[in-house]
Amino acid sequence: MANKIPRVPVREQDPKVRATNFEEVCYGYNKEEALLEASRCLNCRNPRCMTACPVNLQIPRFIAQLAAGDIAAAAAVIAEDSSLPAVCGRVCPQETQCEGSCILGVKGEPVAIGKLERFVADYNREQGGNQPVQAIAANGRKVAVIGSGPAGLACASDLAKWGYDVTIFEALHKPGGVLEYGIPEFRLPKEKVLAREIDAVRRLGVKIETNVIVGRTITIDDLMDKEGFEAIFVGTGAGLPKFMNIPGENLCGVFSANEFLTRNNLMKAWREDYLTPIHAGKKVCVVGGGNVAMDAARTALRLGADVHIVYRRTEAELPARREEVHHAAEEGIIFDMLTNPVEILGDERGWVRALKCIRMELGEPDESGRRSPVPIPGSEFEIPTETVIMALGTSPNPLISKTTQGLETTRRGCLVASEEGATTRPGIFAGGDAVTGAATVILAMGAGRRAAKAIDDYLKAK
Amino acid sequence: MYQILTKEMLTPTICRMSVRAPRLAAAAQPGQFLIVRADEKGERIPLTISDYDAGRGTVTIVTQKIGASSSDIIAFEPGEAFADVVGPLGLPSEFVNMSPDELSRQRYILIAGGVGTAPVYPQAKWLKAHGVPVDVIIGAKTKDLLIYVEEMRAVCDNLFICTDDGSAGFKGMGTNMLEKVVADGHSYTQAVIIGPMIMMKFTTLTCRKLGIPAVVSLNTLMVDGTGMCGACRVSVGGKTRFACVEGPEFDGYEVDFDEAMRRQGQYKAEEAEANEKHVCKIGRGK
Repeated sequence: MANKIPRVPVREQDPKVRATNFEEVCYGYNKEEALLEASRCLNCRNPRCMTACPVNLQIPRFIAQLAAGDIAAAAAVIAEDSSLPAVCGRVCPQETQCEGSCILGVKGEPVAIGKLERFVADYNREQGGNQPVQAIAANGRKVAVIGSGPAGLACASDLAKWGYDVTIFEALHKPGGVLEYGIPEFRLPKEKVLAREIDAVRRLGVKIETNVIVGRTITIDDLMDKEGFEAIFVGTGAGLPKFMNIPGENLCGVFSANEFLTRNNLMKAWREDYLTPIHAGKKVCVVGGGNVAMDAARTALRLGADVHIVYRRTEAELPARREEVHHAAEEGIIFDMLTNPVEILGDERGWVRALKCIRMELGEPDESGRRSPVPIPGSEFEIPTETVIMALGTSPNPLISKTTQGLETTRRGCLVASEEGATTRPGIFAGGDAVTGAATVILAMGAGRRAAKAIDDYLKAK
Repeated sequence: MYQILTKEMLTPTICRMSVRAPRLAAAAQPGQFLIVRADEKGERIPLTISDYDAGRGTVTIVTQKIGASSSDIIAFEPGEAFADVVGPLGLPSEFVNMSPDELSRQRYILIAGGVGTAPVYPQAKWLKAHGVPVDVIIGAKTKDLLIYVEEMRAVCDNLFICTDDGSAGFKGMGTNMLEKVVADGHSYTQAVIIGPMIMMKFTTLTCRKLGIPAVVSLNTLMVDGTGMCGACRVSVGGKTRFACVEGPEFDGYEVDFDEAMRRQGQYKAEEAEANEKHVCKIGRGK
């Protein structure tokens, strides 16, 4: 019986060693391990994993090809629905999506779908990356995609496959969005993995123009009226960092996680040969409990700091993926739970010297169903620290909504869009974090794909 | 790639270059800035825009040699190209969006310090072209460090030059010059101050004393320039603002300059270390 084989464990870099380098934490499966793990899949007639996947990857089909040893065929199945399998295999929260729905998980361990996806993508790429490019006749119709993050890349890929002339406009100097500036090298290698998958999107015929800030360098109206784009997809993500608005937040040594991570990821501050400065110091407090907080903490650790994560609820409520929390703890990050900063204290030079916090306890459940933290009066205390990194979440950048007539936003600054991605202005579609607020890579990709379909329908009817 | 078309040294440490960047040149307005990344391993350096020509598709940048990254920019020669030039960033100057009626009531004094003279030029040029009375004060430590004197003379009504050592023009700082100009009977509805943070702080104080509203252009630290990193945050009227997207121009009366100066020096230790190790390889032996 296939399901008598235990889930094949994945090899990882030793925590003590990896805490001092930026090499990838997880080594992934080798061929033998992948084939064994693939043999566990029951190939369900009604695959719940596929329904749970935001891009509806044909999971049992690709695993069957893999189990049969035809890795190129498995890669071709994946490529029908995803342009970023090596990325998703690494950063998707599989435990709450495909793997969380796997029937084997009811009584035992689910199939390691994410690790299998990663193996197929990595193996295929390393073997020459015979990415199957569908030869569909170009239809000559121009679509602009704004932002080259997961939503934009997914949308552009589908449209290019269907023959559209797609240009992605990217504000930064490198494509990838949060995959490039946000997620660290040790979770998602940039040159080896990300750049190669973006190359594959280019091979579909997608053009990527970097250094174009839509809303500043050019407006959406210019793109439509002067450059002949018939439809626009806005996938600009949620780039604005939140702060706590507590005293001392503008002291030297207080950074947003965005700044800290962008310096290290996009601008490669961790590499000796790059000029980018970064400041971690001996001790760092990271405020927040999401994946970004884990990324910032683990980056600071690798830069040589002792790192505390300060979070106002308990470990059970941490919004980060279990795997990330586990990896962070293994590497030696200290978790200060039920702790909330109230002030950042500075020295006479205007630099951070301590984070003043208050102890919390869990009270009644709030509207999110989580028990809300309540301060314990008189429990203030100081954590001496050199650096404070705020990882409290992000919100959408208003640059486009402010410079485009007819694009409505919600109170939280998110673009108003239908499930299919239609905004309040005809011809303009949107998806991903720009619509939902900060969420996951795969949800953004799903939204990008749905919008691609909606754009195709819209242009065919036009 | 963003090709350098012309290059000239305005002083031994200040360099002017015109760079091909057609989209940027077509969109730029007075008050805005851009970001240059010289090569793959360089930083993203925010620089002021000192001129733009949509027809030729070029922008003019003026860079002062300060650290490793600015030295790398200056080391480029015509024919070579920067890896990245992006912009325009920030909001245009307030006057760009004024009605003709509002503009007709304005009398501007633009006060430039050192390399900050370069971004004052497009502002004066715009005001002059729109028939708004505009005077300019250019201040520098010494005569050899004055830039844009002749260019500026052509785009303003009265040009006042001052140097700390008196080697050219009035002997004194921009603050002293401003007091003298006002004492001589000139009056203004608005001052725009661009220069080193410390100069903007004290010139703002003088403006306040003279009752002239003052706008300053803040050259804060930045990474992306689009509101993403928050490195550029400044306290304005007790509120935190992002200079990259809500500025770079703010009401000088409301800016916490002391905090801004501290924040500007945040990476000094790291940069000193980088400068020590840095060997500039660009543009050598070509």
